[in-house]
Amino acid sequence: MSVLKTWDPERAHELIEELQNLPGALLPILHALHEDFGYIDEGAVSMVARALNISQAEVHGTISFYHDFRHSPPGEHVLKICRAEACQSMGCDQLIRHVEGRLGVNRGETTADGSFTLEQVFCLGLCATSPAVMLDGKLYGRVSQDVVDFLIGSIRRRG
Amino acid sequence: MKIFVPGDAAALAVGADPVAQAIESRITSERMDAQVIRNGSRGLFWLEPLVEVETPEGRIAYGPVSVDAAAELFDAGFLHGKPHFLCRGLTEDIPYLKKQERLTFARCGIIEPLSIADYIAHDGYRGLERALDMEPAAIVEEVSASGLRGRGGAGFPSGIKWRTVLNTPADQKYVVCNADEGDSGTYADRMIMEGDPFVLIEGMTIAGIAVGATRGYIYVRSEYPHAFRTLRRAIQIAQQNGYLGASVAGSGKAFDIEVRLGAGAYICGEETSLLESLEGKRPQIRPKPPLPAIRGLFAKPTVVNNVISLATAPIILEKGAKFYQDFGMGKSRGTLTIQLAGNVKYGGLVEKAFGLTLREAIYDYGGGTASGRPLRAVQVGGPLGAYFPEALLDTPLDYEAFAAQRGLVGHGGIVVFDDTVDLARQARFAMEFCAIESCGKCTPCRIGSTRGVEVIDRIIANEDRTKNLRLLDDLCELMLDGSLCALGGLTPYPVLSAIQHFPEDFTKPAPPFHAKGESQETSLWR
Ligand SMILES: Cc1cc2nc3c(=O)[nH]c(=O)nc-3n(C[C@H](O)[C@H](O)[C@H](O)COP(=O)(O)O)c2cc1C
Ligand code: SF4
Ligand code: FES
Repeated sequence: MSVLKTWDPERAHELIEELQNLPGALLPILHALHEDFGYIDEGAVSMVARALNISQAEVHGTISFYHDFRHSPPGEHVLKICRAEACQSMGCDQLIRHVEGRLGVNRGETTADGSFTLEQVFCLGLCATSPAVMLDGKLYGRVSQDVVDFLIGSIRRRG
Repeated sequence: MKIFVPGDAAALAVGADPVAQAIESRITSERMDAQVIRNGSRGLFWLEPLVEVETPEGRIAYGPVSVDAAAELFDAGFLHGKPHFLCRGLTEDIPYLKKQERLTFARCGIIEPLSIADYIAHDGYRGLERALDMEPAAIVEEVSASGLRGRGGAGFPSGIKWRTVLNTPADQKYVVCNADEGDSGTYADRMIMEGDPFVLIEGMTIAGIAVGATRGYIYVRSEYPHAFRTLRRAIQIAQQNGYLGASVAGSGKAFDIEVRLGAGAYICGEETSLLESLEGKRPQIRPKPPLPAIRGLFAKPTVVNNVISLATAPIILEKGAKFYQDFGMGKSRGTLTIQLAGNVKYGGLVEKAFGLTLREAIYDYGGGTASGRPLRAVQVGGPLGAYFPEALLDTPLDYEAFAAQRGLVGHGGIVVFDDTVDLARQARFAMEFCAIESCGKCTPCRIGSTRGVEVIDRIIANEDRTKNLRLLDDLCELMLDGSLCALGGLTPYPVLSAIQHFPEDFTKPAPPFHAKGESQETSLWR
């Protein structure tokens, strides 16, 4: 995920301008910013508010409402583990504890070396091949502790 | 010769891409006259990646195929129908599939999802063709007479909703497809969007023509990037072929569709929250009335329907209301797209007329638990659905029969748990999920769910159990009666059913080191 750009108000301005005339433009704009930078910078709030002619409080309230939007840059790789019921029935709670132990972080945190961010999700639509995870946008089903160790290990080896 | 390797997200998640690549490179290196098609999934997920080979007798299935197995298949001569232990025979004859009644899913897994020619060759756009020859009111009447009820969860008659929008005059109306599919244990919407996107586009177009709406939005959850991409491309293709735009199929009637992405909030599946989200607002629930059918998106009359409801409109229009309503039982007409999930041996999509019992679904199709241990609990209808014990497995899948057992058919997801499940922990999770996903508009839900987690923690820790169980009961009653929407209003269902059917899990000795293990999980982070 090293393709993420560092915060750049000019780039943000371009993204906002491109979308601001859509009906209901706020969410598409937030997605565009999030996709480019990996999070939504505090500096974007006033820009978006001005472009859409709404209050900063409204922009803030919307960003914080959605679980997807991060408030600070993520690690180089993002591992999302499903924590919903179908995956629970196949042992995702143990899987999460295992990964937390292995990475040395809790859900929602980034490792000290900045290599991994661990996040929870509620259902990836892979409930017939549970437990399921998403690593850097790629999906994996029937994930055992060995599989997740392999996934983490192969990224670590690549450096 | 055609070889099919699904591009469905669940097939990709178990390695379909490398298998497709391995097959393609073998074809190239040996200069074979064969072509790999990335179809949707048939929904037999224990066999994914399921590779099919077209033969004069029909398509022959092999699965689950790994990269190594793909090489073996070539060596064994699978292109010429030679035997291999992964061979499952003719796909259509696999009993799991053969016993189904696939109406909405008639094409899923069979056609190439983004080929509009393939779609049309498999009876696509016949429903729209017929609709374009009908008066709007007659289209609505057809949907009404079919008995179709919303598949998103509430089971509200789709015809009544469409009629309300049709009869509400306005300069602009909308059709909004709810593709937020947040319930755990469900993936039917995802499969149809990835495997047969044009059927959804056709269904929305029929809805638009019927009610006089010219614009449609599909609100797809962000957890479904593949479905999002497939829909975007399918819409472009439909536009290029004149099936969307200023004159749909040359009729002079306009209809167009745009896809929007959600952002990981379960509550945005509730229709008023979804509309707020589409409008670019903080997506808190709107009080009803006014109904979205009267004052919906941008305050205009709006049809909000689930993906499966809309994707079923084409076959109803094509074959007529009677054909569809001949399937089913009681007031639940047509087919239910059952999704077997969790700890089940043969997980997958089972489209069957309403009326199949839970037991038949789980054992005759699902083959029991995946772990091989005894089944102990089943949750139907997503995170707001009740937990049923073995004793209730003979309940037929029917809206009224489930309601009579204080359960929910919902979107048709069935999550199976074996005997290692702890229902006190499941009840705790129901409250935790509600606390995480609450939109915060009303107190019983916002505060009640957080209190609920704390009270269940105390019950698990064996602190003053009698008092805390009574407290939990009161809390549930408050949430049931005092919540503005079904998130707070139905969260008591999984909780109370767990207590009612599995009381022993609430009277067990407290687990050792309980307090320590728990403290970490109690923090409800967003
Ligand atoms: C908390 C909550 C979440 C919901 N999530 C969904 C969903 O993900 N998909 C869906 O189609 N309906 C969902 N619904 C139901 C919708 O509010 C609405 O009833 C539905 O979209 C109407 O379409 P239908 O009549 O075709 O089912 C949800 C309802 C609630 C209360
Ligand atoms: S019940 Fe919960 S989600 Fe529904 S309106 Fe109230 S606070 Fe919002
Ligand atoms: S519950 Fe985990 S993928 Fe659906």
